[in-house]
Amino acid sequence: MVVRLQTEPFDPGALLTGFCRDRSETGAVVSFTGLARASAGETLQLELEAYPGFTDAEIGRIAEAAVARFSLHDVLIVHRIGRIAPGEAIVFVATASGHRREAFEAADQLMDYLKSRAPFWKKEHGPDGARWIEPTARDLADAERWDGQT
Amino acid sequence: MVRVLLFGRLSDIAGWRERTLDTAPLTLFALKALLSADAALGEALAGKGVQATVDKVLTRGDMALPAGAEVAFLPPMSGG
Repeated sequence: MVVRLQTEPFDPGALLTGFCRDRSETGAVVSFTGLARASAGETLQLELEAYPGFTDAEIGRIAEAAVARFSLHDVLIVHRIGRIAPGEAIVFVATASGHRREAFEAADQLMDYLKSRAPFWKKEHGPDGARWIEPTARDLADAERWDGQT
Repeated sequence: MVRVLLFGRLSDIAGWRERTLDTAPLTLFALKALLSADAALGEALAGKGVQATVDKVLTRGDMALPAGAEVAFLPPMSGG
């Protein structure tokens, strides 16, 4: 299991190729790549702040729980921090398991967590200046789908 | 000595992100009171959902700060 925060851009294809390498017992790998989105033609830049040593540890804790819950063979999470331009990849999650259902569900749950509860602070730089943004109601509702399930 | 880190909008409000305070041993709440000499920061620290970590572990309530502790104040997390 690897959790990595980095300021540099990453290549999702290369990450996926590396993640699939040397697996004889794994029947399914699911990956998700999130891109920073421009909204309605505005030139928005995202700035993502993390607390190194805390943010990665918290994400690692959630990833470990997912490994146990979905019997995963492996997890890779790469998350950009700092300034991210529209169109750039911001997050990559890959899960490996014996069969596809567990890999799909684990990737879905990990993304819901990363989008709503992971220890990041997000600032949007637009034409009218910068503002801090909180998770959307939809992000929170998505994350709540997994609460209380065993 | 205590190292204090502010994240998200807290650092914008305070105008600093990291500071080392040369103080006698103190508790987390005493540190908050000390930082609240800046009224705007004090109000923000008392705001809803602001959490604190001591040496990168989330805290509940007050506690004595170990020598050389790293204390971080975290506004509500936004996700990535």
